[in-house]
Amino acid sequence: MRGIRWLAVVPYLALLVGPFFVNRATPLILGLPFLLAWIVAWILISSLIMAVIYAVDPANREEQET
Amino acid sequence: MNGALPFIAAAALLALVLGFLARRGKDMNLEQWTVGGRGFGAIFVFLLLAGEIYTTFTFLGGSGYAYGKGAPAYYILAYGTLAYVLSYFMLPPIWRYAKDNRLYSQSDFFVRKYDSPALGVLVALVDIVALVPYLVLQFKGLGIIVEIAGYGAISSTVAIWIGAIIVAAYVMVSGVHGSAWTSVAKDTMILAIVIFLGLYLPIHYYGGLAQMFTAIEQAKPGFTVLPPRGESLWWYASTVLLTGLGFFMWPHTFGSIYTAKNATVIRKNAILLPLYQLILLFVFFVGFAACLQVPGLTGSNIDLALFKLSVKTFDPWFVGVIGATGIFTALVPGSMILMTAATLIANNLYRAVNPSADDRQVSNIAKLLVPLVALVAVFFTLKGGETIVALLLMGYSFVTQLFPVLVLSLAHRNIATREGAAAGIIVGVATVAVVSLTGVNFHKLAWLPAEIQDLNIGIVALAANFVVLIVVSLAMRASAAPAQAAAE
Repeated sequence: MRGIRWLAVVPYLALLVGPFFVNRATPLILGLPFLLAWIVAWILISSLIMAVIYAVDPANREEQET
Repeated sequence: MNGALPFIAAAALLALVLGFLARRGKDMNLEQWTVGGRGFGAIFVFLLLAGEIYTTFTFLGGSGYAYGKGAPAYYILAYGTLAYVLSYFMLPPIWRYAKDNRLYSQSDFFVRKYDSPALGVLVALVDIVALVPYLVLQFKGLGIIVEIAGYGAISSTVAIWIGAIIVAAYVMVSGVHGSAWTSVAKDTMILAIVIFLGLYLPIHYYGGLAQMFTAIEQAKPGFTVLPPRGESLWWYASTVLLTGLGFFMWPHTFGSIYTAKNATVIRKNAILLPLYQLILLFVFFVGFAACLQVPGLTGSNIDLALFKLSVKTFDPWFVGVIGATGIFTALVPGSMILMTAATLIANNLYRAVNPSADDRQVSNIAKLLVPLVALVAVFFTLKGGETIVALLLMGYSFVTQLFPVLVLSLAHRNIATREGAAAGIIVGVATVAVVSLTGVNFHKLAWLPAEIQDLNIGIVALAANFVVLIVVSLAMRASAAPAQAAAE
């Protein structure tokens, strides 16, 4: 399951490279300009990705038991 | 006397009371004072780390950036998120090493990893040169906030003096515990106020977010996307990357990792902190709302956008509440910076020349240094001219130069030597200074492609740093190898 750590690369791609493809004001998403909506969406997804990595990381279980 | 003043006075008093109460039941030795006895759970570590995101710079500067420049402000949201993702992997080993070796400061980490007190002195100096202007920025922001929110009843000079005395007093007494306790008040207030402002102002003036952004695009086409030149996509990507790497290199941020009671606390925060960043989104909404309502602010005055719009919109008592929140955004980060700077001077400069000093002496000296550092910062806030502004712009780039040396030291076999580490940091810091002071940037080199011209010039310093670090380290190892073989 250690491979799941590589998910952490995805936020980097989405937030560093992604904007090159979505640098536009429209359509508005929930009232936000498209680029801003993209960044906000990826902040939410990044948090989710970190939660998944946390959940399967054996280091956290060991520490809570001790 | 106006409706705003009672709230501003109450905030100052609350900070002082919380700051002093935080001491209760603790024997304030160096370990308690500076790293909270390494016993903080997820919530306090969260508050300390979150405390460093919401400084006056984000409160005033974040809204000001959106007001003045539009979309380039988005980069602030992105770099924090990437820094937190990295923190999940990078911070637990740092925390473990700090705990096992009973480290107090960021500089200690380099001293131990590279077995070199001299490198520690270098790191401490870089840290202090970056920290003092950062403290000045907080004091400046505090002065502006109190002056505007108090409708001019209290001058910014008086506010700065009072703020500095309060923060110095509670840092001396309670250390990092004082920062953590005042953070509770600050984060509660900022959460409520910023979300309210960010939702209310667009609805009040435009009828909603969609209408607001449509109106802005009509009035200023392209304002809500990154421009083709200048602060373009290339600027955005290079700046997000650089600032994301430098994020945890701030010594007070680095130091707050030490307060955690275990590594799980740090990993949990890597999940929570990106979400918490979204408060910045509401700060941006305030700035965007202001750009058509209180137009005309230029230069450094764009930072006044949030308060100008608030004064225009609300009754004085509510402006006072916003001002009270603003005071906390200055005092909490200010307290951490103050404590970190004092610890660095006592623990890494004084102890370097006085190796026999014990923890009790270092602790006493650190506490005595708190009012002195505060005084220096007040002096620069009131008298500082161009120099301090220049230092401020360099601060972030300075601390980022510690990143390569730190990351290499986390590897099982560190290829960097202490000489390489020192040379890399010196070259990086010198490059930052030369570039900032001479105003050189890629735009001056007309033959470069547009994409490269827009890159953040900080990349050059970091690259030079890294190359020198590797070359000097390899050279030292190559020259040491035959000598070692001979000795064996």
